Amino acid sequence: MLTKKLEARHLSCIRDERVLFSELNFVLTSGQVLLIEGANGAGKTSLLRILTGFRKPDDGDLFWDNLLIDDTQDFYQDTAYIGHNNGLKDTLTAEENLRYAQALASITATIDDALEQVGLNGYQDTLVRFMSAGQRRRLALARLLCTHKPLWILDEPFTSLDRASIKLFEQFITAHVMQGGLVIMTSHHDTKLPSSLVQKIHL
Amino acid sequence: MKHSSLFQAFGAVIKRDLLLAYRHRAELINPLAFFVMVITLFPLALGAEIALLKRIAPAIIWVAALLASLMSIENLFRADYDDGSLELMVMTPHSLSVLVLAKVTAHWLLSSVPLLCIAPLMGLMLHMNSDVIGVLLLTLLLGMPVLSLIGGIAVALTLGLRKGGALLAILVLPLYVPILIFASSAVDAAMSGFPISGHLSMMSAILFLAITLTPLPTAAALKISLS
Repeated sequence: MLTKKLEARHLSCIRDERVLFSELNFVLTSGQVLLIEGANGAGKTSLLRILTGFRKPDDGDLFWDNLLIDDTQDFYQDTAYIGHNNGLKDTLTAEENLRYAQALASITATIDDALEQVGLNGYQDTLVRFMSAGQRRRLALARLLCTHKPLWILDEPFTSLDRASIKLFEQFITAHVMQGGLVIMTSHHDTKLPSSLVQKIHL
Repeated sequence: MKHSSLFQAFGAVIKRDLLLAYRHRAELINPLAFFVMVITLFPLALGAEIALLKRIAPAIIWVAALLASLMSIENLFRADYDDGSLELMVMTPHSLSVLVLAKVTAHWLLSSVPLLCIAPLMGLMLHMNSDVIGVLLLTLLLGMPVLSLIGGIAVALTLGLRKGGALLAILVLPLYVPILIFASSAVDAAMSGFPISGHLSMMSAILFLAITLTPLPTAAALKISLS
């Protein structure tokens, strides 16, 4: 995988005349995790929405591979996002959801492999409606595994996961980063990710 | 590694929406039932005045089709917005306008095509001549995609509002007026035996303008709704 770089210069976000953060600078390169910490309402999700390009920063710029992220098309080629909602369709099966995701991106692994990796083998033909919150979260992770996306942006990825699933999630994040991926995530939980890979921002 | 082409993505969006509609078959009937019921009520209310009914039949069918389309358009992006899959659709390397066009195409297939199939029957019920029914179908074929395309802009704009229904109607109905005027005057002309090629050319022009231009503001409005 080629080395990629995400750089933020002088980012600031103002909401309802309250400054959530300003003069935020960071550089994230391949093989690193950016962990965003902060109390409730500190602006973690706002920062993530700026990084995904959904929201324009009130000041500052973002660069992907030294190019200003302005036209987001090239950036989205490389970016995957799991938000508060998993982005899954309730009345489609696990396999149909992943097939749709693959049709919009580049494929790295087969659907069966991805489901096997997250421990959902045998759920191919189960409607998402009948899955538990934790299983949906794992299915969303399978979506990251079966599409080629160097940059993962994860908003509270560990919500509604049990301890074993959190460990599994952390393993995949570590493996992804080891292979030259980049991960940006927010989390309330203490993560057991190797500290040599992790860069922290406290809002 | 296999990259997905724009064409593939376009197909995947349509296929997914058709599959979702198939899983919610009951909801598919609503606009169709509405269309049939509204039209059926007119002969009952007007009584046995065949000449009058014949005269206003095209207008009845067009207004009913327009309201049925308005009824179903609200769901175009709502479910995707609520479950987060709209965010994923925006975050693809493909042009959002093209994917929007795919969603509108799926909506047209699901909401307008059933109406087109049942419209001749409604025409017969209202004592329309068969050649006038043909013209009516032609105007519906050219006009209904425009309704879906224009409706898409308004739906995307009102997505952030919890109860956007009334606002949506206020935004959209004035924009539906030109297509309604051209369609009904085309059918009028056909009934009086005048040539209709002018009206149909105008409607085709509006259709192609709508196909090329409306996905751009719709995509922009979707991005605004997500920010």
